[in-house]
Amino acid sequence: MRTLVELLKDVRFSLGAGVLLVLLVLSLLSYASPYDPIQWRVVPRDLPPSSEHILGTTSTGQDVFWQMTFAARNSLVIAVFGALLSRAIALTVGLFAGYSGGTTDRVLMFVSDGFMVIPLFLILVLLAMLIREHMTIVNMALLFGVVGWPWDTRVIRSQILSLRERDFTHTAVLSGTHTLKLIFNEYTPFVIPLVLATFINHMAFVVGMEITLAVIGLTDLSIPTIGAMLRWALSYEAILLGLWWWLLTPIGVSVALFVALYMVSVSVSVYLDPRARVQRVGRT
Amino acid sequence: MKFLTRYLIPRLLQYVLVIWAGMTIVFIIPRLLPTDPVRAQIATLQTQGALLGPDAMRQMVATLEEMYGLTGSSFEQYLAYWGRLFAGDFGPSFFMFPTPVIQLIGRAIPWTVGLLVTSTVIGWVLGSIFGGLTGYFRKSRMLRVVDTMAMLIRPVPYYIMAMLLIIVLGYVFPIFPLGGAFPIGASITWSWRSIMSILRHATLPLLSLTLLSTATWHQTMRLIVQSVRDEDYIRYAKIGSVKESTIFSRYVMRNAILPQVTGLTLALGQIFGGALITEIVFAYPGVGTLLFQAIILTDYNLIMAITTISIIAIVTGILIIDLLYPLFDPRIRYK
Repeated sequence: MRTLVELLKDVRFSLGAGVLLVLLVLSLLSYASPYDPIQWRVVPRDLPPSSEHILGTTSTGQDVFWQMTFAARNSLVIAVFGALLSRAIALTVGLFAGYSGGTTDRVLMFVSDGFMVIPLFLILVLLAMLIREHMTIVNMALLFGVVGWPWDTRVIRSQILSLRERDFTHTAVLSGTHTLKLIFNEYTPFVIPLVLATFINHMAFVVGMEITLAVIGLTDLSIPTIGAMLRWALSYEAILLGLWWWLLTPIGVSVALFVALYMVSVSVSVYLDPRARVQRVGRT
Repeated sequence: MKFLTRYLIPRLLQYVLVIWAGMTIVFIIPRLLPTDPVRAQIATLQTQGALLGPDAMRQMVATLEEMYGLTGSSFEQYLAYWGRLFAGDFGPSFFMFPTPVIQLIGRAIPWTVGLLVTSTVIGWVLGSIFGGLTGYFRKSRMLRVVDTMAMLIRPVPYYIMAMLLIIVLGYVFPIFPLGGAFPIGASITWSWRSIMSILRHATLPLLSLTLLSTATWHQTMRLIVQSVRDEDYIRYAKIGSVKESTIFSRYVMRNAILPQVTGLTLALGQIFGGALITEIVFAYPGVGTLLFQAIILTDYNLIMAITTISIIAIVTGILIIDLLYPLFDPRIRYK
């Protein structure tokens, strides 16, 4: 609780968290939607925003506002699960590599370096291309989770490397603590804040990738996500037809989401930085 | 001599290993998945209205398997794959038959390289300078505005940035063309008009990529400089009344630029992906747009070739920057 109060003092955090909260409320509103997001032609087509359709309607006969609530919900779900999965991998590999050291460490770091160097976008395109029909929400979360861990693995590993040399490690080892217990009970609390900060970054990565793959037509476009919404607006030439409300809604939502995630992540990492913490203590 | 054994040889070894691993992944992925490219291809043809009898079908399958290198055991396929890779033979494009895939890619590469190199260099240099200034002179009002702008631009994905620029500068205020690299039907010559037109078409994609990369390098450089300026040797230099400009350019920037070079090598793959996406939005005739067309037409050979060549190009690019690194860091040179 005290952490939250400290964080809320930062304008960036409170602004970002506020925007995220609004998006969360919007995505929860999808449960109250009067329309089915998969159905076409449920409302008159191409209507500009009015009191009846707050954000207008699309050429496929869907209500932009309600469609957007579904899109926000699905994109957030993919982002959270993708980020959870990749954090789990990053944490496991990082803890393992950092603690065991030696050859294990070198092999694992070689693998993660390889992942970092290879343009992931292309590998994702190749994979998505082959399972295009099966790109459901679950599979997308899996796909983005599996590729997104190498960078943070490195960060976690370096943290463990320094923890391993601390006195309490020696005390624990000498008093016969089991290795797994040492890693999970003693080391994990140190790296959890780090994992949280990278969690937010990874959410942004997942949403961005989802949009990119959807726009080049490599996801299941019948599932309303932010990317699928953009894709439909583009393939119906919404710019040229002047249907700005259709195109600007997904763009606006995604920009708001990205800026909010980034602000929260910057603010959290500043909070976690020990140097900044000393300054903060000095000020109060 | 020590430089050779301790830096160069391990680095080259890593290069070969990464290329090998990357190529093997590209080889394995399509074979691991349940979908069969040959059946998918035939299904596409059938939905387009081709009628195939059983005999014609069998022949088609055999031809396609031959073309994709799917004959023989997995190991034979793997060896054949490397053989073709070294020969630079990626087979013909399926939908622009019989143009070899490599020719199509060759035509697209100059456009992509032009965009990528220009935007990366400008973004990296500008971002490092602005980031250095904001990190060091923390009190300046103007630099704070720059910092806030970078903070708002940085998280925007490539795709959205390109869309926004098109909407604002191509549609609402039609200053720049909506897409393409030259007017439709025009031939490229070395005349003044032709060059000007190419530059005009390149402006928006370049602007979009450069804005994002400047903001990114700005943010990382600012953080690095902020930690360098608190170092003891900077404090010492200040007490010794070394000129502020000397401290900034010779002590702070010189040290802070090293992690930026390393950062460049790590980010190159992502920047490349971003350039591809930007090209797709602007219908710029580079590798990205080619990839997009290949995806729409399920041109399997073309996608495989683009992936393979891009991985090799990016990993080689990173190797080159890494080998130039001793020029920036004397500690490695003299070791």
